[in-house]
Amino acid sequence: MINKSLVSIDDLSTEEIIQILDLAAGFEKEPDRRLLDGKIVATLFFEPSTRTRLSFESAVSRLGGKIVGFTDAASSSVTKGETLNDTIKTVSNYCDLIVMRHPLEGSARFASEISRVPVINAGDGANQHPTQTLLDLYSIRKTQGTLNNLNVFLVGDLKYGRTVHSLMMAMARWKTTFNFISPEELKMPDEYKIYLDNIGLKYYEHTDFTDIISKADIIYMTRVQKERFSDPIEYEKVKNVYVLRNSMLKNTKPNLKILHPLPRVNEIHVDVDSNPKAYYFEQTLNGIFVRQAILCSILGLK
Amino acid sequence: MKEPKQLSVSAIQNGTVIDHIPAKNLFKVIQILGLDHIDNQITFGTNLDSKKLGRKAIIKISNKFFEDEDINRIALVAPQAKLNIIRDYEVVEKKVVEVPDKIEGIAKCMNPKCISNHETVKTRFRVISKENVALKCLYCEKITNQENLLII
Repeated sequence: MINKSLVSIDDLSTEEIIQILDLAAGFEKEPDRRLLDGKIVATLFFEPSTRTRLSFESAVSRLGGKIVGFTDAASSSVTKGETLNDTIKTVSNYCDLIVMRHPLEGSARFASEISRVPVINAGDGANQHPTQTLLDLYSIRKTQGTLNNLNVFLVGDLKYGRTVHSLMMAMARWKTTFNFISPEELKMPDEYKIYLDNIGLKYYEHTDFTDIISKADIIYMTRVQKERFSDPIEYEKVKNVYVLRNSMLKNTKPNLKILHPLPRVNEIHVDVDSNPKAYYFEQTLNGIFVRQAILCSILGLK
Repeated sequence: MKEPKQLSVSAIQNGTVIDHIPAKNLFKVIQILGLDHIDNQITFGTNLDSKKLGRKAIIKISNKFFEDEDINRIALVAPQAKLNIIRDYEVVEKKVVEVPDKIEGIAKCMNPKCISNHETVKTRFRVISKENVALKCLYCEKITNQENLLII
């Protein structure tokens, strides 16, 4: 994938995904390698994001690269009315690679078409966030020893959550069994279920968040956001239903790990944090190694 | 004896006749095929009675023959269009249009948050269903279906 932009997880072949995960495992053993010495990475955050931006900047710094960029559209020339087209064409003259987050969907694909240097999509609206998916895959493989034949439970907002859609589509490459747990209003959209039907993968839908999690290898939690509900009463009814508590983990499998893209609000009770099955903070650490691997793969550095 | 006055779209010697265009989309067809920028003789009629379409339009272009790839670009606005290829006043070939696999620059993405609705970007779609037309935007990856299809 040398010099290729990373816009959507679907752009990567299964071999390319495995290569990135293997490379990331190398960075986990030895994170401080000055492979980006003399390289400049632009981080263009047209909308604020703490976690993703810091993770990328930390990954670049550990590799000895330099960072230019902005953290918010308000501090860029966007406020002067500059188009994305002009910003990308200009900035691509200043750097070796662009990391970009933008509120509009498809902005990363567009940027990758006009940029002189590769673009990594760090989130384009509700569309794609491929580096999150790769770090989720890394976390799953690391904790389970494999990506094959796992039972993955996706919980919370399955309708609007881009991370769960991308993760589901990616995990579908490894014969995963899926369980979807969500309120009626936030069910997994039909297009994804049709996709699973077509490739012959099993999935089960539930509205109750109960004992069925005893079968899970991975529980992937997401936030149920108030603004997603057309009827506020519906939100009040479900807001405390999709909360994971330590007591619910009693009969779960020993290999179970709980993942969450973060930030968390109340959907994982803090009493889960000390349970060894909680993995969401380690998951963010994995994000650094995976982003190091992605940066080096694209820039062709070993 | 005077010949009776006649108002009709006259026959052409050589060229292409595009029939069964929905009357309301005539100018879109002209635009998509770039007929407003060529020097060939063109005659067209519109709001003609049609059993199938209610009101149809017809275009006759002298000395112009289209590649399938070009003509299929009108499939979104004139799915039932029929082409007659004329040589020496005779119809030598009939063609129907077919929805292509890719659509560029004709349709509008229905997602208001798509970059193509905010910057000067030529829209690009992969056609994922041809019968009930469904287009997947190559930018935002959202699907625009027949009911929401807008021609630029």
